[in-house]
Amino acid sequence: MSENIKKFMFVNTKAPYGTVYALESLEVVLISAAFDQDVSLAFCDDGVFQITDNQKTDGSGMKNFSAAYKALGDYDINKIYIEKESLEERGLTLDNLMKLTYEDEDDDWAEKDSIHLVTRAELADLMDKQDVTISS
Amino acid sequence: MATISVEGKDLEVDEEGYLVNLDDWFPEVATAMAVIDEVEMGDDHWDIINFLREYYEEYQIAPAVRVLTKAVAKKLGKEKGNSKYLYQLFPYGPGKQACKFAGLPKPTGCV
Repeated sequence: MSENIKKFMFVNTKAPYGTVYALESLEVVLISAAFDQDVSLAFCDDGVFQITDNQKTDGSGMKNFSAAYKALGDYDINKIYIEKESLEERGLTLDNLMKLTYEDEDDDWAEKDSIHLVTRAELADLMDKQDVTISS
Repeated sequence: MATISVEGKDLEVDEEGYLVNLDDWFPEVATAMAVIDEVEMGDDHWDIINFLREYYEEYQIAPAVRVLTKAVAKKLGKEKGNSKYLYQLFPYGPGKQACKFAGLPKPTGCV
């Protein structure tokens, strides 16, 4: 099967609420995990707001689905790239984001960070290496 | 819209028998659904159903079978965290059927 594994990157660029893009993309990501592909996520532009900590959606009338990102590790999705410039442009730091981790099966289930801070140029390089890039 | 009648209450379900409103759930709903599916509920079934409800409470999603299996192995032990055991409890699929009994939506990532 290994020759059928492709590198998929889901690029999230929009704020989590107000449109359905973020939620729909997350659902596609979780479904894609069932196919044993090499899946990574990128958050840039307003997409970085999707994984901010302590989201409150009472005022918007939309369901707060942010906890579901914490399940990504269970789905073996542990390559999550955050674009450094996008965070900085919005006055955010990694401390404003949820802690997303996974347990490394090959390292006695040690808990490891899934989040990687990358520059815009590094993210471009990562995109270049994908077989499939899906942005929303 | 279809309904399921439990203890005199008519609860809305979708075409596959999943509760439409998650808040409608109470334990007897699981028991009633199990009777329809001809599953005899025991403590082992409840362990999984309670586990699923806790998982949903924490992550707001119903886990895919693969994720459920791994998580059950971690929490309840390897002899329960395998698909053979889970399929014995829920012959129509531990994800789909157990989530239905637990009042959760169909698992995300269950294809």
